[in-house]
Amino acid sequence: MPAPRRTPWAERPFPGAAGGHPWQRCSPLWRGAWIAMLLWLPLVAAADAGSWPTPPASEEAPPQVSGPLQGGTADHTKFEELAGPFADGSEVTQACLGCHTETGKHFMQNIHWTWSFEDPNTGQQLGKKYLINNFCTNARGNEGMCTQCHAGYGWKDESFDFTDETKIDCLVCHETTGTYYKTPNSAGSPACSVMFEGKPPIDLAAAAQSVDLPQRANCGACHFMGGGGDNVKHGDLSSALKAPPRTLDVHMGVDGLNFACTACHVTNKHVWAGSRYNVVAKDTEGTGLPGQRTDVATCESCHGLAPHPVDSLAGFKLNDHVQSIACQTCHIPAFARGGVATVVDWDWRTAGRTRDGEGFHEEGYIQGNGEHRYTYKSIKGHFTYDEDIVPEYAWFDGQMVYTTIDTEFDPDAAVIEINGFTGSREDGRSRIWPFKRMHTWQPYDKGHGTLVYTHLWGEDDAAYWGNYDMAAAIEKGMADFGLDYSGEYGFIETLSWWPITHMVAPKAQALGCGDCHTPSNSRLASVAGIYLPGRDRNPWLDGIGTILVFGTLAGILIHALVRIFSKPKEAQH
Amino acid sequence: MALHRVKIFSLFERFWHWSQMLLIVLLLITGFGLHGFHDLFSFEDAVTLHTGAALTLLVLWAFGTFWLFTTRSWRHFIPTVHGMWGVLRYYSLGIFKGERHPYRKAYWRKHNPLQALAYTMLKLVLFPAIWITGLIYLFYFAWRDLPDATAYLTGVALIHTAAAFAILAFVFIHVYMLTTGHSFRDHVMPMITGFDEVDLTPEEEAYLRKDQPEDIR
Repeated sequence: MPAPRRTPWAERPFPGAAGGHPWQRCSPLWRGAWIAMLLWLPLVAAADAGSWPTPPASEEAPPQVSGPLQGGTADHTKFEELAGPFADGSEVTQACLGCHTETGKHFMQNIHWTWSFEDPNTGQQLGKKYLINNFCTNARGNEGMCTQCHAGYGWKDESFDFTDETKIDCLVCHETTGTYYKTPNSAGSPACSVMFEGKPPIDLAAAAQSVDLPQRANCGACHFMGGGGDNVKHGDLSSALKAPPRTLDVHMGVDGLNFACTACHVTNKHVWAGSRYNVVAKDTEGTGLPGQRTDVATCESCHGLAPHPVDSLAGFKLNDHVQSIACQTCHIPAFARGGVATVVDWDWRTAGRTRDGEGFHEEGYIQGNGEHRYTYKSIKGHFTYDEDIVPEYAWFDGQMVYTTIDTEFDPDAAVIEINGFTGSREDGRSRIWPFKRMHTWQPYDKGHGTLVYTHLWGEDDAAYWGNYDMAAAIEKGMADFGLDYSGEYGFIETLSWWPITHMVAPKAQALGCGDCHTPSNSRLASVAGIYLPGRDRNPWLDGIGTILVFGTLAGILIHALVRIFSKPKEAQH
Repeated sequence: MALHRVKIFSLFERFWHWSQMLLIVLLLITGFGLHGFHDLFSFEDAVTLHTGAALTLLVLWAFGTFWLFTTRSWRHFIPTVHGMWGVLRYYSLGIFKGERHPYRKAYWRKHNPLQALAYTMLKLVLFPAIWITGLIYLFYFAWRDLPDATAYLTGVALIHTAAAFAILAFVFIHVYMLTTGHSFRDHVMPMITGFDEVDLTPEEEAYLRKDQPEDIR
């Protein structure tokens, strides 16, 4: 999928315009003068009012620029086309496309449909269709199960037609009855398919008539459940966000702004801003003029490049920190909040245990909202959960480098990063970001030093889920895609890194200066490449300085004692 | 030559001294707090106080420097070896025998040679070291994108901290010195009232009695 940036109508109408508050356009020197003024003078409005450029003349009129859509102009319950009855979801889609004539073409460009993304910088083939993660490991070869979260109907193997727009699933994102659900596109092992039995039939006509802009629950049906359960994968995306208080997320809070996901993940022709495959780690453009910046989901695109009110020295310093600290670092003090835990460790080595020949599962963790979570499943192994987690912090330039099925590594390597990332203080593009760290023991090709596709889902005897034979599952998982497999598998430790960006707390809960600028327990204790006042010191200097000061005091004490005991009484004044 | 009580510290000089004292104490306390030595203030409050006190002190120094040169008072601080040996001998030996301090304040030389040297070094070495590095530190946002800015910041912080340790040691010695010779009170009062015992030449006395009678008692 091409990068969804800079489509023509999202282009700035005034390319010369530097967006934002006049403050942002001040030179460093001029800004420097402010620091002195702040301390004695009342804040005065910046005199530089800026000047709006005259739009450049062009021979052909560009399309008119509209504001964001609000409200609706049609009541879908009144459309005869949606009265039903519908035999299946695809028929609903065909009804939708009858009016929304271009939507199919638009939608088929986006990653929810393609599950494919080629990194424009590294050229790596990414996307769920290809990648290996350190949760359920791979969708490829297990499409029958995993494509429950494909925004389409019927993808169960390589034969799926990605050009058939009637196979788009409009309802999963747009229906608002809450009664719509999806089931696996293939039967799978009887041991697993039992999980999906006995569900009530879906009233497709009611669902079709309920369509609206996507609600949090729509996106959440998949994105809150990534990795095989509630908040398993991301840590900052859980069912707690369906109706969160503003203390959990200041933007999505139902008692506050009540933002849907698309308030920030702005949409242009069914392509969304803010993909994890293409992170904007440091937005240098800030807010746009009306009609601009429909291309990013960054904090700065609404809050600007100087988001803190400059009414104190601290406010000034905070705006200075924007250069090197991602907003999320201070404003998301912890993730997996709101009572739903996330998985931080997964051990595939223990998968496959059976009782009387049957798979089983064990509950061993009660999360904040009182629900029990599985800590062992025969089909997956052991899980470790955590909540209210302090993130890991690191310089991040937005670029992830993935260990894909093609990546060869030292078979004796201790740890493999599924998605290593780059960034440093010096590159000018990075900021210090918060991450969820996911640790897993997972199968790999011990002979070749590669990750493997594991065949988990299927009706055959090799599918791991139901048969619990890892050797056979990997053998088939690799063979199905013509991949070279040494025949010898082992388990290797892997890490994946999840940039944390949701669950933004109200500002009163944001980190304070002393959470990082402190000698002990600094949030940024492990972040290198900076001199962090309060955290950093030269032990030699501190040692010599302390000796100097206490040596001086000792000298004074000795001098005073000698005076007291040596001085003839009569000579004292 | 005769001892008289003469006003040697003008109102501005006393204001300068005591506001400088308060600011330096505040700077030392907040500065070592920022460095992680104590938690009396939150980091945010410490930065605000430290920066505010530092900029205020710079303004005070600007006025002080102007005053030093326009009143020719800077000459009090010219280092000299004349009489230095006597002072050094006094502090290391004579003081223990109950001897009298060998130095007599003169009208144009109100500090003893050791004091003059110490204050001169403070004004010319330690203070510049700390305020120049402090300003560079404060303006980090303006040069943070230079190559190796982090390494430079580390060096700047090192010098700044080293100067702070030295100034703290100076403060201890400075205060201790007040207890030597006369009583502690006798040393502090001149900086409050402005008057101290000064050895005046007949010409200086005649001049003061005629032109500045309020400055001599």
